[in-house]
Amino acid sequence: MARINSAAQLEKVRKDIVLKKDPNKPCIAICGGIGCLGGREDLIRAFEKEIKKQKLEGKVDVRVTGCHGFCAQGPNIVIYPEEICYTKVKPEDAQQIISETVVGKTIVDRLVYIDPNTGEKAVHQSEIPFYKKQVRNILGMNPKIDPKSIDDYLAIGGYSSLAKALLEMKPQEVLEEVKKANLRGRGGGGFPAGLKWETARNAPAELKYVICNGHEGEPGAYMDRAIFQGNPHLIIEGLIIGGYAIGAKQGFIYTRHDMPRLRENIDIALEAAREHGFIGNDILGSGFDFDIEVHLDVGIFVSGEASALMRSIEGKAPEPRPKYTRTAVKGIWERPSNLNNVETWANVPQIIGKGADWYLGIGSEGSKGTKMISLSGNIVNSGVVEVPFGTSLKEIVYDIGGGIPNGKKLKAIHFGAAMGGSLPAELIDTPLDFDVMSKLGAAIGAGGLFVMDEDTSMVEMNRFFLEFLADESCGKCVPCREGIRQMLRILTRMSMGKGKEGDIEALEELCEVGSLASLCALGKTTSSPIYSSLRYFRNEYEASIEDKGCTV
Amino acid sequence: MSDILLTIDGKEVRAKEGMTVLNAAQSSGIFIPTLCHHEKLEPYGGCRICTVEVESRGRTNYVASCLYPVEKNLVVRTRSEKIDKIRKVLIELLLAHAPDSPQLLEMAKEYGAKSVRFGKEPSFCVLCGLCVRYCAEVKKKNAIAFVDQGPKREINFIPEIASKECWNCKECFPLCPTSYLQAAYVLTQGLVGFKNS
Ligand SMILES: Cc1cc2nc3c(=O)[nH]c(=O)nc-3n(C[C@H](O)[C@H](O)[C@H](O)COP(=O)(O)O)c2cc1C
Ligand code: SF4
Ligand code: FES
Repeated sequence: MARINSAAQLEKVRKDIVLKKDPNKPCIAICGGIGCLGGREDLIRAFEKEIKKQKLEGKVDVRVTGCHGFCAQGPNIVIYPEEICYTKVKPEDAQQIISETVVGKTIVDRLVYIDPNTGEKAVHQSEIPFYKKQVRNILGMNPKIDPKSIDDYLAIGGYSSLAKALLEMKPQEVLEEVKKANLRGRGGGGFPAGLKWETARNAPAELKYVICNGHEGEPGAYMDRAIFQGNPHLIIEGLIIGGYAIGAKQGFIYTRHDMPRLRENIDIALEAAREHGFIGNDILGSGFDFDIEVHLDVGIFVSGEASALMRSIEGKAPEPRPKYTRTAVKGIWERPSNLNNVETWANVPQIIGKGADWYLGIGSEGSKGTKMISLSGNIVNSGVVEVPFGTSLKEIVYDIGGGIPNGKKLKAIHFGAAMGGSLPAELIDTPLDFDVMSKLGAAIGAGGLFVMDEDTSMVEMNRFFLEFLADESCGKCVPCREGIRQMLRILTRMSMGKGKEGDIEALEELCEVGSLASLCALGKTTSSPIYSSLRYFRNEYEASIEDKGCTV
Repeated sequence: MSDILLTIDGKEVRAKEGMTVLNAAQSSGIFIPTLCHHEKLEPYGGCRICTVEVESRGRTNYVASCLYPVEKNLVVRTRSEKIDKIRKVLIELLLAHAPDSPQLLEMAKEYGAKSVRFGKEPSFCVLCGLCVRYCAEVKKKNAIAFVDQGPKREINFIPEIASKECWNCKECFPLCPTSYLQAAYVLTQGLVGFKNS
């Protein structure tokens, strides 16, 4: 493939790809994501074998895509052009699917999803309640794309936002558009991306960096992996646009060391982007040079924290630094370094492509666009979903998530794992919104949503979080290291019903001191889940005090 | 470079660019308690005893004064109800390790910390890192190091180096706020001797 040197050439290449694709040619899209277990090799091979056996080679395509999100019902497949959707597909089903659906154009009833509430069959994704209430601006591309094929991405308009930014807009205008769209960081804090970009852009330095945080260390969170593995070019395109706006010529991707298939897709995508001239010198004939390097994370939670991550990219141990100087001013090798989360970068191409005004039409007052959420815990439809900000938690848990299994009652909804907080069932009408939820003590975090039914003990849950943090804290500073040690001790005896008079007060004091005096954000937020559960479930803590004679 | 003017406890203080709030306070005779700070060593920020309240651009934050760089018009408070509470709890957490430490007991008196708030921890070490950092930064021997992370973090003499270097140096012993470091070393020696025999 020759490199592309102008917007006109890009458009021509895209048209050629689309023209070459016969829209009526059957294609079986298999989810090969990592939201669930991945490892779809058997299924893929079964379809390929069956195509050969039925002498359909070249007449039917098999496309291995990223995660479709409906992991509870996986493996999922979609058969084009009719977009027929089958769930829980096994290798033995390949023969029937090909002969009856692909060739015979009839439905295999037993593979069709049945809505457990209404008993109705749903043949297309749009009819399945799980998908119906979602707005899948980002995730919706996954079933359409083979992540290893840049052509698939180009066919749906990929890299046209990059062309627009580089060839029609000045860096300052790109920055203004992102600021206007009020894009907020999806990695945990909800910090306005435009402001961070501006700080890095205005920092006086020759060399600057943009970085994509793909560490995704929050337990139970799979959103970043779902998009990064399923649609790597989207993130790459966002990162290049960011580099242009900020004035950085070098980008870094910090990704997981334990997912070779994710790494493979990123590498293949970078290689293809380089061949096409989207990375390298004089990108699209604009005169802008930019390159991207991949770094693997260190398998500890704190390596996802900004300053630790930057040390890790420098090749040092990922020990956090106090953020008295912002990393956007002094980060990697003391140079301005703008770090954003995978999902944050994934939003950039659509903001530039469709404009800030379009983006502002989605979401709530202070939180714009969509948010990807990983559903897990006591919920029927675990998986990865995407909804506009402002969607109520009730819609997410019941309409999309299918409610609580085994006829149990909902007790609490927990966001942000060990650094987040829990809301009680009574607050189920709360909208998904950065500010509303953090006021209630349950910051969205990265977007892992853990549902708890009536049998869950909040004390035990928090003991579990502390156990996790004890392994992840670096141990450098007293409030975090000693605070975790003592809080874990207190919660361990409480969860056995052996709490002592004064334990709750001690927890409160340790939480307060930890949140004010810790060196890094890990220690500062360790207290959040305990704070929120003391706020809403204090009676459970009180009941764990031995002297009072009752236990949960 | 021109001086930076800031306010500490209501007093106007002049400082140089690159100084920390602790440096600035000390140079104008204002006392801030510290534990892990040592003038010969790089700032560390581990004990957080030196936490102060700073007001800058309309926001109040709690920061470690031994790390926080001075800035123009910064307003610093070295004592307040919150700061005293932070120091009290930190001292109580450390006393669980070293209940006889003279330095901790003196601070405990000032901040009303109870020495028995939390049960006695098996390890005497408060992990201030003074010995580890002194050995690495000043002596450049690395005979003692941190191992493990989180609440499992501890210090360890590296027997191969320690058996050669430590007995003739011992410069880190008096730095230890718990005064138990020497005992730890003797114990290590004993164990090494035991293994060797
Ligand atoms: C202990 C800790 C772990 C973190 N882990 C991640 C992570 O895995 N992925 C991520 O994007 N941000 C993580 N963060 C947040 C980052 O420090 C940083 O704020 C974020 O990557 C910025 O991107 P955003 O503004 O686009 O959200 C973590 C923060 C802390 C304190
Ligand atoms: S807050 Fe915890 S993780 Fe962060 S520096 Fe302190 S001990 Fe390490
Ligand atoms: S003296 Fe500042 S943190 Fe220890």
